[in-house]
Amino acid sequence: MSVASLSDFTAAPAKDKLPPVRGYWASVGNRLRYDYLTLFFLSVIAIIVLLAIFAPFIAPFDPTKSSMAYRLKAPGFRNFILGTDELGRDMLSRLLWGGRTSLLMGIVPVCLATLIGGALGVTAGFIGGRTNTLIMRTMDVIFAFPSVLLAVAISGTLGGGAKNGMLALTLVFIPSICRVAESATTQVRALDFVEAARASGGSTVSIIRTHILGNVLGPVFIFASSLISVSILLGSGLSFLGLGVEPPTPDWGLMLSTLRAGIYTQPLLCALPGAAIFITSLSFNLVSDGLRQAMDVKS
Amino acid sequence: MWNYAARRILMSIPIALGVSIICYTLVLLSPGDPIQSLLPPDATPEEIAYLKKAYGFDKPIPVQYIYWLVRALSGDLGISLQTNRPVFTEVMGALSNTIVISVGAVMLAFSLAFVLGTIAAYNAGRPTDKIATTIAVVGVSIPNYWLGIVLVIVFAVNLGALPASGMGTKGSTSFNIFDWEQARYAILPILTMSLVPLGIIMRTTRSAIAEILNQDFVQMLRAKGLGPLAVLRHAIRNALPQVMTVMGLQLGYLVGGSILVETIFAWPGTGFLMSKAILTRDVPMLQGAILLLAVTFVTINLLVDLLQTAVDPRIKRT
Repeated sequence: MSVASLSDFTAAPAKDKLPPVRGYWASVGNRLRYDYLTLFFLSVIAIIVLLAIFAPFIAPFDPTKSSMAYRLKAPGFRNFILGTDELGRDMLSRLLWGGRTSLLMGIVPVCLATLIGGALGVTAGFIGGRTNTLIMRTMDVIFAFPSVLLAVAISGTLGGGAKNGMLALTLVFIPSICRVAESATTQVRALDFVEAARASGGSTVSIIRTHILGNVLGPVFIFASSLISVSILLGSGLSFLGLGVEPPTPDWGLMLSTLRAGIYTQPLLCALPGAAIFITSLSFNLVSDGLRQAMDVKS
Repeated sequence: MWNYAARRILMSIPIALGVSIICYTLVLLSPGDPIQSLLPPDATPEEIAYLKKAYGFDKPIPVQYIYWLVRALSGDLGISLQTNRPVFTEVMGALSNTIVISVGAVMLAFSLAFVLGTIAAYNAGRPTDKIATTIAVVGVSIPNYWLGIVLVIVFAVNLGALPASGMGTKGSTSFNIFDWEQARYAILPILTMSLVPLGIIMRTTRSAIAEILNQDFVQMLRAKGLGPLAVLRHAIRNALPQVMTVMGLQLGYLVGGSILVETIFAWPGTGFLMSKAILTRDVPMLQGAILLLAVTFVTINLLVDLLQTAVDPRIKRT
C-alpha cells in the first residue's frame, strides 16, 4: 500500500515558469494546435483548395474533350486513372476542375451573405427601434422558407446558371447570419463601455468600428463557417437538379446527375463526384466545429 | 398561455403575407412574358391589349397582386401549363405523398437519434460518444442526393431487393404504407431522407441531456442511489420537449425540401412535381407549389411552437 506523500500534492509549479498569459486569439490558436482532428481536416481542405486552384496544371486531360469510343470506362482504363464519363471525358480531370465551381458555389455565397447579412444585422441591432423591427421582420419572412425550397424557388424561376445559383444561395443565408449579428450587437450595445464611449464623444461609426465589430465578428464568423458545408451541399444539389452550373462546365453536382444514367453499367463512376462533395463538406463541417470549440471562451 | 397562443397565431399572418409577396415577385422577375406565350407571334397590338385586359395585366402590379392573392385564398392557383389541371389539386395530391415519406423519415431519425444521443450524453468523452457524434456529423455532411444513388446501386442494382424508383404500381393514386407491396417503394426514400434529421436531432439530444446530467438534482438522484436508467429517465423527461421541437422543425424542412430525394426516387410528391415544373418551365405550377409548401412550413412551425408551450410550462413567453 503506497501512501502519497504530502509533497505530491503541494509540489508547487514554482520551479518551472508560470504558464504564459495569452490574449484571446493566441489562446484560440493554442487550443487549435492540439486539436489534431481539426488540423487534419484543415489540411484536407487545404489540399482540396490547392487541387482546385492548380487544376489546369494537374489535370491530365482537357475536362471538356469528349470521345465517343471511350465512354463510361472503368477506373484504370488506359491513361484514365479514374475512368471516363458518359461522353468519354476523363473523370479525374473533371473532378479536379469541378472542384473549382463546387468550392466557389460553397464559399462565394457565404462570403456575400456574411457581408450583407452582417451589415444588416449590426445596423438593426445598433439602431434598434423601428429600423430593427423592419429589418428583422423582413428576415423572418425569408426565414419562413425552408432553405432548399427557397434556393430552388429563386433559381427555378429566374432560370439556371451559376450566377443565379449563387444569388439564390446568398439570399438563403442572409437571414440567419443577420439574426446572429443582430443578437450579438444588441447584447454588446447594452454594455457599459459602449455607453462610456458615447459619453466621451464617440461617433456612431467609430463606436461600431472599435467596440461593436470586435465583439460581433467572432460569433458571425463561427456561424458563417458552419454554412460553407451547407452551401456546398445546396449548390451541388442545385446543379444536380439542373439549376446551377450549366453543362459542359465540370461541377460535382452536375457530374452526379449526368452519371446517374450509367449506374447500371458503371456504378463506381457515379459514386466518385458524390464522394468528393461528401469529403469536402465533411471537412468544412468538422473544421467549423473545431473552430467553434476553440473560440468558445466558456469551455 | 392562451394569450401567447393567440398572439403567435396573429404573428404568423404577416409572415404568410410576406411569403405570398415573395412568391408573387419571383414570378414577376422570371424571364418571359406570360402574354407572349399565349399569343401567336403575328398578333396585332389590339389583340395584345385585349388579352392583357382580359387577364388583368393592364392594372398596376400591387392591384394585380391583390387579385392574385384573393384568388389564391379561395384555392385558385391557376392552371398547370403542362397537365391543364388546376395547380391546387395537383399540389395537394402530391403533398400527401411527400408527407408520408417525411413523417416516416422523421420518425425513423427521431427513434435512432434519441437513443444514440442519450447514450452519447451519458458516456460523454468516451469512445461511444465519439462514435455517435461521428455518425451525426456524417449525417449532416453527406449529400443525400448522392446517398440515394448509392443506396439504389446497393439495394436495387446489386441486391435487387428493393425497387429503385417510383411509388408502387403505375397509376396508383392512393398510397397505403401498411401494404408491404407499396411500402417497399418508400423504404429507400425514407432512409435517404432520415440522415440529415438524424444528425441534427442527435446533436440536440446529446447537448440537452448532457446539460441536464450536469445539474445538481441529478447529483442528488445519484447520491440517493438511483441506477443509470433511473437517472436517465429523469434527464429524458426534461430533455424531451426541446428535442421534440427540433423534430417538428425538421419535419417542416423535410416537407419543404423534399425535391432532391424525390427527384432521385421519382417519388410523386411535391418536390418531384416542382422538378418537373422547372424542366418544362411550368411557372404557375412552380409558383403554386412554392406557395403551398412555404405556407405548410409556416403552419408546421406555428404548431410546433404552440405544442412546445403547451407541453413545457417552464417556457415563459412574452
